[in-house]
Amino acid sequence: MSTETTAPSTEPGEHGEHGEPAEHGLHPTEATYIRVAVILAAITAVEVGVSYIKRLGAGGPPILLILAAIKFAMVAAYFMHLKFDHNWLRRLFVTGIVLAGFIYVIVFLMFGVFQNRIHA
Amino acid sequence: MTAVAHETHGVPDAHDAHDGHAAPPTNTGVSNEKLAMWAFLGSECLLFGALISTYFLYRGRSVVGPSPKQIYDIPYTSVSSFVLLMSSLTMVLALSAIQRGDQRRLRIWLLATAMLGTTFIGGQVYEFTSFVHEGLTLKTNLFGSSFFVLTGFHGAHVTLGIVMLLSLANMSFRGKIPQAKAEVVEIVGLYWHFVDVVWIVLFTVVYLIPSPGLHGHIGP
Repeated sequence: MSTETTAPSTEPGEHGEHGEPAEHGLHPTEATYIRVAVILAAITAVEVGVSYIKRLGAGGPPILLILAAIKFAMVAAYFMHLKFDHNWLRRLFVTGIVLAGFIYVIVFLMFGVFQNRIHA
Repeated sequence: MTAVAHETHGVPDAHDAHDGHAAPPTNTGVSNEKLAMWAFLGSECLLFGALISTYFLYRGRSVVGPSPKQIYDIPYTSVSSFVLLMSSLTMVLALSAIQRGDQRRLRIWLLATAMLGTTFIGGQVYEFTSFVHEGLTLKTNLFGSSFFVLTGFHGAHVTLGIVMLLSLANMSFRGKIPQAKAEVVEIVGLYWHFVDVVWIVLFTVVYLIPSPGLHGHIGP
């Protein structure tokens, strides 16, 4: 996918105070945004289609989760500009996601979710 | 954080103010407002993580109906999801417009985003109402409790986002969002895109992944 950008914040070849590449702050063009939206809509249609295929059985949920993860990453990378913005922002957001995942996996383990049995 | 970046590079403020994208005068190179919004969004991951986990823990543990299979209308919710997804596109086009200094398109896209958000919320209100008519309330069973709390919290976030969008549009009409202040639109946009990515997860986890029936096992 094309990631041509507009609105540069620094001169070409210039590096930031912390040695970050000059690409930080560059945003995609409107054409790129529209292409991303079309892909997101197409993935959503595939998701709905997959949810109706009963033959997939236990294979259905992992496929749906992967498709959701792709959509999540595309919105975060292109619409929220994480792909183009400063690394600080990416670290903050990823830290929140990883921390949430870590904590709630522990909660699931405590409740025996992965053992597939009901606790009173 | 102290103002050092511009002094270090000797870049005049007035020059940077033109594109609304200039490196802000902070140690991190990121404006404090934007950094704060990202920190807030990181903490929101924990909030929604807790709600989604609770929904998972209660899945299939209801002893009375109705169950998800009996009341979900997937085609209807798919359209709602598409509407919210497209609102992210209009939001990012609003940001692109103000970065070019195009006030007219900024207002058009902001109002379009607010309208799409309102359509999504209207759809959620209709869905909630139809569920209540079918016998599912907050107190009916564990599914009802976790479903309404999870999707209701998301709906409250979308509603707050709509208020922020309309406030931005109002500010734009009064000429209070010049091109140099494009970051204000970007920060509201970050919040809006976040409620969209949360819905991407909810749509899959709550609606599309089949839930066990009554008395089933917990967990995915």
